[in-house]
Amino acid sequence: MTTALNFDPIRLPKECEELRKEVRAFIKAEIAAGTWDPNAVGRDDAFNYEFARKVGEKGWIGLTWPKKYGGHERTFLERYVVTEEFRVANAPTRVFFTADRQSGPTLIKYANEDIKMDILPRICRGECCFGIGMSEPNSGSDLFAARTKATKVDGGYLINGSKIWTSNAHRADYLIALFRTSQPTKENRRHGLTSFLVDMKNTKGITCNPIIQLSGMHEFNEVVFEDAFMPDSHLLGEIDGAWKQATSELAYERSGPERFLETFQVMIELVRVLGEKPDARGAEGLGRLVAQLHTLRRMSVSVNGMLQAGKEPVVEGSVVKDLGTIWEQKLPHKVREIAAFVEPEDVANRVAFEEQLAFATTIAPKLTIQGGTTEVLRGIIAAGLGLRGR
Amino acid sequence: MSENDSIVAETAARIFTDLADPQTINAAKDAAWKAPLWSALEESGLTLAWVPDTLGGAGAGVGDGFEVILVAGKFAAPVPIAETLLAGWLLSQAGISSPAGMMTLAPMRRGDRIALNDDGTLTGRARGVAYAGDAAHVAVLAHGGKGAAVALVETKAARIAERRGIAGDTVYELTFENTKPVLVADTPAGLDQQAVMLMGAAVRSLATAGALSEILDISVKYAGERVAFEKTISKFQAVQHNLARLAGESAAANAAATSAADAIAQEEGRPAALTSPGIYLEVAAARIRSAEAATEGSGIAHQVHGAIGYTKEHILHRFTRALLTWRDDFGNESQWAVELGSKVAAAGADDLWPLVASR
Repeated sequence: MTTALNFDPIRLPKECEELRKEVRAFIKAEIAAGTWDPNAVGRDDAFNYEFARKVGEKGWIGLTWPKKYGGHERTFLERYVVTEEFRVANAPTRVFFTADRQSGPTLIKYANEDIKMDILPRICRGECCFGIGMSEPNSGSDLFAARTKATKVDGGYLINGSKIWTSNAHRADYLIALFRTSQPTKENRRHGLTSFLVDMKNTKGITCNPIIQLSGMHEFNEVVFEDAFMPDSHLLGEIDGAWKQATSELAYERSGPERFLETFQVMIELVRVLGEKPDARGAEGLGRLVAQLHTLRRMSVSVNGMLQAGKEPVVEGSVVKDLGTIWEQKLPHKVREIAAFVEPEDVANRVAFEEQLAFATTIAPKLTIQGGTTEVLRGIIAAGLGLRGR
Repeated sequence: MSENDSIVAETAARIFTDLADPQTINAAKDAAWKAPLWSALEESGLTLAWVPDTLGGAGAGVGDGFEVILVAGKFAAPVPIAETLLAGWLLSQAGISSPAGMMTLAPMRRGDRIALNDDGTLTGRARGVAYAGDAAHVAVLAHGGKGAAVALVETKAARIAERRGIAGDTVYELTFENTKPVLVADTPAGLDQQAVMLMGAAVRSLATAGALSEILDISVKYAGERVAFEKTISKFQAVQHNLARLAGESAAANAAATSAADAIAQEEGRPAALTSPGIYLEVAAARIRSAEAATEGSGIAHQVHGAIGYTKEHILHRFTRALLTWRDDFGNESQWAVELGSKVAAAGADDLWPLVASR
């Protein structure tokens, strides 16, 4: 009996490499057309509906979903390739990213047929933005302490309370949010939360207040619900049993390449300023970073292979996110040290490098918090080792 | 490449379980356990898995040999199974039959070069040649006027210096001074010092992954048994998080090493394929990351065990000392990182992502 986790060396099949070529050609053309600047930092233009529409036309949103919902019934590994190429090119994917990664799959599993037929094709066309309403002012990592209340009324529920740190909420068409429908029980403190589809554009009683991050960017929001009405049809899955649904989503959410490639540009600029022949100090620093990145990516691809095989690699996904986010959090600091003695002659290179480094440095603190803190992840891994209950 | 995937891996696991129990070996007063273990390994054909049957070996697949290495790593048994496998691989590339018995190979350090003189003798120094005191033969990668060559040498023909190593074992330095080999043969295209370093680095990475998975098991088990402050220490969040980190290091080493081994196996271990940019990245990354995991992971395992893990009596040190020793063989992680970083820099910024994404 062994407790160690195996990450089988999954290889991306040939169709993935064909797809990669297509995606790269598309990205190149869009950058040339001025759709976005891959080197721009801290910009707020990532909500690009025109770009989302084009990606939808290419068939790259909802890649793994059933065709009857607008999807393309392709593999998780193909989706992996599209995701990593967009991320590395800094593409403006905010409109569809969350919906494509996790909201869509949640709807496919738990929404009623009318909703699926209505919303999923719109996501696939790049017309529909989603957010996730989990954290509350007094309930962050402790998800099951959520108090925002759903009170049963005729034909649906009235929601009262607030969500916080809700990315995209100011733009989103929908949130998938957890609300309290019952009190927790003595036996199960996770009992009593229910998942709802929230129509952000057509519901009275919802206010969205912006929260600006230390990087100067606006992703976070506070979302306040005052007698906001949710119809019964917007209930997702089992009443009071959202905790059972939440865990299986985590493997999708945590294992992707976006978990260690958010500030990849700084590595590219590091190579540029180091020049063709760095000294041993520069070369060793760069070599270690490349080795670590390659390892993370092979682990991440392996987890996506597990997803494709129909498994629920929650522990493996948590390992990838833990290692990946810690790595990326340290990345700007290591890059700074590696470049300490480098004096690039080209001024443009130096400016680009310093901009990326400053950006990565301000992004770094959040990486180990968003989508499950380091502490939560290590708790899940410890449970996987049999050291504690889940 | 889990251990249950093949008959070869199962056979290896059975032999090591029966004859290389770490507790028994650790408590043994002498090396009487060694001969039965080695003959069982040899009789099963595992030691010459990478030698075709025409050259006296078992003719197993390259992937099979790697599975043996992974299993052997889990036992960290002090026998030259990895070295004999590698020596057999090296000799058979040059068409030289493998002799029976334990073998080792040289060089095992990146900077060491052995010259093939015009008269067919060898001159040069090889540091850190593991098991040179046990192995009757050493397979040597040498450099002559016509390029690289492979030589089979009787170990006793070389001068041997000894020092004590991290693992409490003996570290050997072989000096060849116009040493006459048993046989010399030309190498096929692509078989050079770099290819030997790559193959050796892949082997050590995989053994490292095996040993890390074992110290994770040992540490998790110990944390569940040891009571302090009126509960098992596995109940303390600080200990849980340390073990989660160890699991992460073990997983990273496993992923990188099995990926590199798979990449080599897909090319059937052909020397010319080893130095292609893709396989080079896989092996260098596996070597660097697994060595980092060895440093980090062995530290965590000792921390979880407290004082008992620092005793000779406890088996933990058998694994942690092996892990720390292996970091230096076939190029240490710093040397590989300098070389990998230099290659990435020379290729330029725009080639960084295409290289990473190519695997």
